[in-house]
Amino acid sequence: MKTITQAIRSGNVMVSDGAWGTFLQQMGLQPGECTESWNLKHPDRVLKIAQSYIDAGSDMIETNSFGGNAFKLSMFGLEDKSFEINEAAARISRQVAGDNKHVLGSIGPTGKILMMGDVTYDQLYEAFKTQAMGLEAGGANALVVETMTDIEEATAAVKACRENTSSEVICTMTFDKSPDGSFFTMMGVSPADMVAAMLDAGATIIGANCGNGMENMIGVVKEIRAIDAEIPVLVHANAGAPVYKNGETVFLETPDEMAKFVKLLVNAGANIIGGCCGTTPDHIKKIAEIVKSLKK
Amino acid sequence: MDKNELLTKLAECVEFGKVNKAAPYPPTMKGQDGADELTKQALEIGIKPVDILNDALIFAMDKVGEKFTQKKIFVPQMLISAKAMNVAMEHLKPFFQSGEVKRKGKFIIGTVSGDLHDIGKNLVAMIVEGAGWEVIDLGVDVDAAKFIVAINENPDAVVGLSALLTTTMPNMQKIAAEIKSQFPDVKLVIGGAPVNDEFRDEIGADGYSPDPQSAVAYLNALVA
Ligand code: B12
Ligand SMILES: [Zn+2]
Repeated sequence: MKTITQAIRSGNVMVSDGAWGTFLQQMGLQPGECTESWNLKHPDRVLKIAQSYIDAGSDMIETNSFGGNAFKLSMFGLEDKSFEINEAAARISRQVAGDNKHVLGSIGPTGKILMMGDVTYDQLYEAFKTQAMGLEAGGANALVVETMTDIEEATAAVKACRENTSSEVICTMTFDKSPDGSFFTMMGVSPADMVAAMLDAGATIIGANCGNGMENMIGVVKEIRAIDAEIPVLVHANAGAPVYKNGETVFLETPDEMAKFVKLLVNAGANIIGGCCGTTPDHIKKIAEIVKSLKK
Repeated sequence: MDKNELLTKLAECVEFGKVNKAAPYPPTMKGQDGADELTKQALEIGIKPVDILNDALIFAMDKVGEKFTQKKIFVPQMLISAKAMNVAMEHLKPFFQSGEVKRKGKFIIGTVSGDLHDIGKNLVAMIVEGAGWEVIDLGVDVDAAKFIVAINENPDAVVGLSALLTTTMPNMQKIAAEIKSQFPDVKLVIGGAPVNDEFRDEIGADGYSPDPQSAVAYLNALVA
């Protein structure tokens, strides 16, 4: 199998997967329950999610390991189980992906703020290292450091992946739109800052995830492309921002609404398109249809 | 330095986050005295604690809050300013305790049960403290019982609830109902990204603020 980077270099636009968290909740995950513990407790249900995205047309699937770092696991007394939980997560996704789809091991933020002295850089690095090695051991062939907002935490994660595994390393950050139309993470990082720092740290694919829907992603990709024409760019967009209606969480962007921005996103320079919170296999199916039609 | 010069310098330290002389941040103020040293000096030359509070700390935090609302600065700059303010506040503590300097009132704040997001809640706590209120921060994942204990201890406090997850908004609703049933007169103000004024109305809270600055405006109006 070609690496993701090779596939993109040979001209492909690729389709990634959609949300896991919201899906797990539908399957019975309770608020306050450790999402990643389901890799050990309910592997069959986690596998169903992976399968539904492959069926929808994803070229790659993520793993149920977003909060699988020791810091977040410690809220559930599972900090010593990080390797095992991540290995299980990747094994489940690999079982579904087989030999010709990619498995992206998901690595999310720790929730600790370096500049406040909550933790040291080395502690972050060690936590991400364990996670990265567990994911690779379970069968991930790429690692996606995602939903990052702080350059230093993202650097620690990317370096931990780069220096301790042979997987491709992807890094995506979460940007908000400023009143003047430019984009920044909540910690003040611009897409251009991200590109420079993450290339330096060793990422080979970069991009954006989460946020406020598909349309904003076009602006983010343009900012990335303004300073780097070459690097493969991945976008995992939310189905809009979550809103609370009659006791339920809903994401308002429909599959058709999201799909209508795919062409513009590809024209702006995105190479891999998938979803984040609130997206479903139906969203991915629509996105995949458009991507396939673009190939002709 | 005369009184005004000193207070201006101190306000600058808080606005730009110069904690103390040794602090490397911000690079443009390297080697200069920070909020720590300047507050000490201000007290030594006899500036009244209340003037330090109003003309330097509150003045600076107000600017910080405004820049944050306009997205001219981001979370790190807010946090570092708040740290500088806290260091200065330490020197003023004895005067609060002796009653020489009065605060505007008490503000209890916490993130509701099931929710662990605290960055926004902390910023609100810091800016409200910087605006001259005594803040009692109950942390994250706070249930109704904990809020009630705190209100019993501080019956005249205003209570702030934070929620960042749509899935914890029902918990906010429960907590609000519980508080209001036991303490109908306690003022409740809510906030957090998914919360809005419509939801405030639905759960019977008194105020909703999208950012720390308007939270301060709301609180100050209560005691004005
Ligand atoms: C940082 C973050 C985290 C960190 C939290 C670290 C920490 N110590 O707080 C970590 C990584 C731990 C985390 C975990 C999770 N997160 Co989170 N997180 C965020 C993120 C990126 C930023 C939140 C933030 O701090 N913003 C910056 C602050 C300054 O803004 P703010 O909180 O809104 O506060 C401002 C105002 O709202 C107001 N305010 C806030 N509180 C109050 C209170 C009062 C009284 C008043 C007056 C005003 C007020 O003033 C503040 C300053 O302006 C958001 C996305 C986003 N961009 O909002 C997602 C987000 C909130 N998270 C989300 C999710 C789903 C989760 C997880 C469930 C993910 C998972 N699967 O593990 C967990 C839940 C953990 C838990 N049980 O709480 C979703 C929520 C979706 C939903 N259904 O509502 C979001 C929206 C991401 C998304 N787009 O989907 N997260
Ligand atoms: Zn998301």
